[in-house]
Parts: sequence; structure tokens; C-alpha cells
Amino acid sequence: MTRSVINLPASPDDHRLARLAAFAIGLSLAEAALPSPLPGVKPGLANIITLLVLQRFGWRAAAWVTLLRVVAGSLLLGTFLSPGFFLSFSGALISLIALGVACRLPSSVFGPVTHSIMAAFAHIAAQLCVVYFWLIPHAGVLYLAPVFAAAALFFGIINGMVTARLLDNPLHEPQPVRT
Amino acid sequence: MNLGFKTGDWLTVLAGMLLIIYLFLTLWGGDRGTSLIIRSGGKIVTETDLTRNRDFEISGPLGTTLVTVNNHRVRVARDPSPRQYCVQQGWLSRAGEAALCLPNQVSVELLGAARSYDSLSY
Repeated sequence: MTRSVINLPASPDDHRLARLAAFAIGLSLAEAALPSPLPGVKPGLANIITLLVLQRFGWRAAAWVTLLRVVAGSLLLGTFLSPGFFLSFSGALISLIALGVACRLPSSVFGPVTHSIMAAFAHIAAQLCVVYFWLIPHAGVLYLAPVFAAAALFFGIINGMVTARLLDNPLHEPQPVRT
Repeated sequence: MNLGFKTGDWLTVLAGMLLIIYLFLTLWGGDRGTSLIIRSGGKIVTETDLTRNRDFEISGPLGTTLVTVNNHRVRVARDPSPRQYCVQQGWLSRAGEAALCLPNQVSVELLGAARSYDSLSY
């Protein structure tokens, strides 16, 4: 019997992405335990990690961390490939596109709060589209849209402020990777 | 205290608030009813729009039901039914709203531009 050995070399960048994604997964698991007044209204704390990574390491890293978080988080919560997973996934994809646009805005004028709000609106818009066109084609979904948008603005501001605070904090400089 | 806001962030917050206000106004203003259908015993008696203020007197098995159209709204003003549910419903203005006067077999229904579902189940 021959054993084939597959060697996947992981660079220090990969380790860093994995560590950041693990932070994000931890936050989304913790958040899943929080009760919510309305399904779909939640703080999206894991987005703080995405915003931090976007500022520190660029859009590609942020996309990796976010998609890893969505897939691995859904595996841990047991929602992989369920409607909830597709909601998270579509929301994540569209908010990554929004972040790609947002981070091209002049950074002297627009900070993490803008990034966070734009991502939050893109996230809820994508989710409402998926719900309306795929899951529940009922006008009642649109009736809830303003409430979701208000929640997106509220939590978008808070997550943006947390991100700005963390970026100002020198304790959160990236540490050298031990291999 | 520095809240982490830059100048443009306030603009984003403002734009977000305007968007939310716009969404509330357009989506919660609702689909206003544009036409009215009155049925008696399941058969359509009157089908009309809401542009003119007027009254309709519909006769059923118990007596006469008075339906009033006023200012693009409609209500059952008088009905011989014992419990008066359809009268107490008051003014109807949104598409899909309906009032039923069951013992007298008279129903009032508002329709909008697009007919929506009564309910969906999965």
C-alpha cells in the first residue's frame, strides 16, 4: 500500500488569517447565543474583525477572514447549507463588495464607521433580497425592511466605533507569528 | 472623548438616517387601496374606485348594510348584524383590507394595484 502524502505549506500569512478568522468565529458563536427580539436583528460583532482586517491587511485578507468565518461558523452551529447559511453567505458577499468600494473612499475623511455602516446596509439589503425572492415572497418582508435598516445603522455605528477604538489601541498591534 | 468618527462618517450616518426615513415613508405608507368590491351572499354587487365620496346601501337577509366611501377610505357605517364587528373595524384604506358582515352576508374589500396574498404557508 502506498501512502500519498499531501503537503500543504502554510505561510505565516495563512496562520495570521486563520487566527483572525478564529476570532471572528468565536464572536459569531457567542453572538448566536444572544436572544434577539426579531430574527435577523443581531449586532454582527464578527464584522469588527472584518473591519480591523480590512484596515490592517487589506481587502483580500478581509474577504478570506469573512468567508472562512461564515463557512466554519455555520459548520459549528450546524446551519451549513441551510437557509440561514445562505442568508449569512449572501450578506457577507455583498458587504465585502460594499467594503471594497468603501475602502477606496479617501481615508482622511471616511473612517471605519463609514465602512461599517456601508457594510451593514449592504448586508441587510442582500439578506432581504434573498428572503423576498427565494424564501418568503410576501410583501410583509418589505414591511420589516425599515426596521432592519434602522438596526443595521445602529449596529453599524457601534461596530465602527469599536473598530476605530481598537485601531487606535497600540495593544492590538499584530504580533509576530510563532511557528 | 474621541468617538472614532471622522468628518465623513457623520455624513454617512446622516445619509443612513435619510435612507431609513425614506424606507419608513415609502414602505410603511403602504399600498393604498384604489378600488372597492362589495359582495352580498358571495356575489359581487358593486365594483368601483374610491375617487368619489358616496354611500352604498346593500340589502342582505337581515336588512340593509350602509357602506360609506369618504376621502379614499371606506367603512361599514351601519349594519343589522348583532355583534357589529364590521362596523367596529372602522375605516379601511390599505389594499387587501376587508370587512365582513357575516350574518347579513355583506363583505367589503379594498384592492390595490397588485393583488396580494391573504396568507402563505410552508
